[in-house]
Amino acid sequence: MSAITLKNVTKRFGDVTVIPGIDLSIEDGEFVVFVGPSGCGKSTLLRLIAGLEDVSAGVIDIDGADVTGTAPAKRGLAMVFQSYALYPHMSVAGNIGFPLRMAGESKEAIDKKVRAAAATLNLTDYLHRKPRELSGGQRQRVAIGRAIVREPKGFLFDEPLSNLDAALRVNMRLELSELHAQLKTTMIYVTHDQVEAMTMADKIVVLNRGHIEQVGSPLTLYNKPDNLFVAGFIGSPKMNFLGPTYAKEHGAATVGVRPEHIKISKESGLIKGTAGVAEHLGSDTFVHVHVAPDQMITVRTSGDSVLRHGDTVWLTPDEDRLHRFDAQGKAIR
Amino acid sequence: MATEHSRATARLMISPAVLLLLAWMIVPLALTLYFSFLRYNLLMPGMEEWAGFLNYKFFLTDPAFFSAVWKTLELVGGVLIITVVGGILLALLLDQQFWGQGAVRILVIAPFFVMPTVSALVWKNMFMNPVNGLFAYLAKVFGLPPFDFLAQAPMLSIIMIVAWEWLPFATLILLTALQSLDSEQLEAAEMDGASFISRFFYIVLPHLSRAITVVILIQTIFLLSTFAEILVTTNGGPGTATTNLTYLVYVQSLLQFDVGGGSAGGVVAIILANIVAIFLMRMIGKNLDA
Repeated sequence: MSAITLKNVTKRFGDVTVIPGIDLSIEDGEFVVFVGPSGCGKSTLLRLIAGLEDVSAGVIDIDGADVTGTAPAKRGLAMVFQSYALYPHMSVAGNIGFPLRMAGESKEAIDKKVRAAAATLNLTDYLHRKPRELSGGQRQRVAIGRAIVREPKGFLFDEPLSNLDAALRVNMRLELSELHAQLKTTMIYVTHDQVEAMTMADKIVVLNRGHIEQVGSPLTLYNKPDNLFVAGFIGSPKMNFLGPTYAKEHGAATVGVRPEHIKISKESGLIKGTAGVAEHLGSDTFVHVHVAPDQMITVRTSGDSVLRHGDTVWLTPDEDRLHRFDAQGKAIR
Repeated sequence: MATEHSRATARLMISPAVLLLLAWMIVPLALTLYFSFLRYNLLMPGMEEWAGFLNYKFFLTDPAFFSAVWKTLELVGGVLIITVVGGILLALLLDQQFWGQGAVRILVIAPFFVMPTVSALVWKNMFMNPVNGLFAYLAKVFGLPPFDFLAQAPMLSIIMIVAWEWLPFATLILLTALQSLDSEQLEAAEMDGASFISRFFYIVLPHLSRAITVVILIQTIFLLSTFAEILVTTNGGPGTATTNLTYLVYVQSLLQFDVGGGSAGGVVAIILANIVAIFLMRMIGKNLDA
C-alpha cells in the first residue's frame, strides 16, 4: 500500500543523460505501465525506483518518506525481472522462500507463506522442482511468487512477459490483472508492447527519449493523444497521418485518423487509392491502401471484406474523429 | 549406405593416430610393469632376474613409503585449499571495475607461464633465503631473527611455492565462471534483502561449484606428481620432510639405481592416484552432471 512520487528524477551515465528530469506521481494501489520504444529509459526509470541504480539528481518518495538514498531491500518493493532471475540451484520452494529466509523468519512461517503463495499461483505440485525443470510460464509464476511472499508495498515488473510465447502471454496478462485486483497493491510495469499497456494499465506513462510524453488512462491516450508521438505509438495498427493539403483544410499541420475511423468504398469518397495487401483477422480486415506513391493508409473494415489487391477504392475519414496537430506536433483541441 | 562407408573410412583414417597414441601409452606402462617384477639394479648390469612381488614388498614395507603418501596428500591438500580460497577471492576482486583492469589481469596470470624449476629457484634464493632473501630482509627491518623457511618449515614452503604457481590457473577458471553469472540474479537477491555476504554464499558460491570442481580435479592430477619444485629446493629433505611419492620413486630408481624398486613404486603411485581420482569423482564429480 503505497504512493510513489518522483520529483525531478535525473539519471546520467557518464556524459550521457538518459533521463533528463521526470516528475511523476503514482497513487496507492494503481497499476501503472511505463511504455515506450526500446532505449527510451523506461527500464532505467524502473531500476531507479527499485534502487538498483542511483539517481543523479532528484528525489524519490514512497509513502511520503524520502527513499532516494535507501538500499533496494529497505524500500519494501519487490521486482520481477525479464529473465525471471530465479536461483538455479534452489527448488521452487527455496526460490519463493528466499526473501523470507533473508529476513530471518522461522522455518514454519516461511513454509506456511510459501505454500500460500504457491497455492495462489498454481505451483503447489512443483515446489520441489528446480527452475530448469519448469516451463517458461511456470518460471514466470515462481518469479511472481518470490515477489508476493514479501507482501511488498509495491511490485515492479520489468518486461516480465517478453520471453513467453503469444498464447501464454495473453494468459499471464489476465493472471497479472487478476492478481492486482486481489492484492490491490501498487504495481509498476514496464513494457514496449502497447497491447499489454492498454489491456492492463490503470494509468499509462508514455516515455520517449527519457521524457514523459503523456500520462493518462488507456482510453484517454487512445482518444486524446497529446502529441504526434503518443498518437503514433498507441493503437494497433498505427494511426494514419494525412499530408499537408488535407491537413490545411482542417487548420492543422498534420491530421491523424485511426484505421477504424475511415470508411472504405468502391464507388465514391474523398481520397482515391489502390488497395494493397489485406490482412484478414476473421473479425476484422486491415486493408493497406496506396493513396500516393509513398503514402499508405491502413483502414479497418469488416471481416468479410472482399477487396482484392489492385482494386480502386475510395476512402472517407470520419470528420468528427480527426486528431489535429500543429507544426510542433502538439495536439490542437 | 553412404554413411556406413564413410564411417568405416573415417575409422580407417584415424586408426594410425589412435594406434600411435595407444602404443605411446601402453609401451611405457607395460615396461614399468615388467621392470617392477625384476631384480634390476643399474649398478649390476646383466644380472636381471625375475623377482616376483619382492620389489612391491620392499617398497610397501619401507617406512619412507607411508611418510611419502602422507606428504603427498599434505602437499595436494594444502595447495588446493590455498588456490581455491585465494582464487575465489582474487576472482571476486578482478571482477570489479577498476582502472587498468586488463593489465592487472595479465599480471595475475603471468606466474602460470613461469617454469616450475625457475619459480622454485626464485622463491628459494630471492625470497626464502635466510641471508639474502626478501623475507629475511623484512624480518630484519622489524628487528626479528630471519626465518629459514626451507629448513624450519620445509613442507609449508613447498606448498607456498606450488600454490603461487597454481593460483593464477584457479583464478582464471573461477573468474570466467564468475563473469557468466547472470547479474539479474544478484540484483534479484539484493531486492530480496540479501546482504553482500549472503549473496556470496547463496548465489555466487553455488554458481561457482562446477568451476571449483574443475579446478580441484585438474589440479589434483598435476599436484600428485609435483617434482621439480622439490628437487631444486629441498631435495626431499630435511630428512624425508618433503619426500612425496614422485620424489621417492626418483630416489629409489635414480639415486639408489634400483630400477626394479622404482618401477614398483611407480605402479603403486598409479594405483594410489586412481584411488584418489575415484574418491574425487564420487565426492564432487556429480557437480559436473547436468
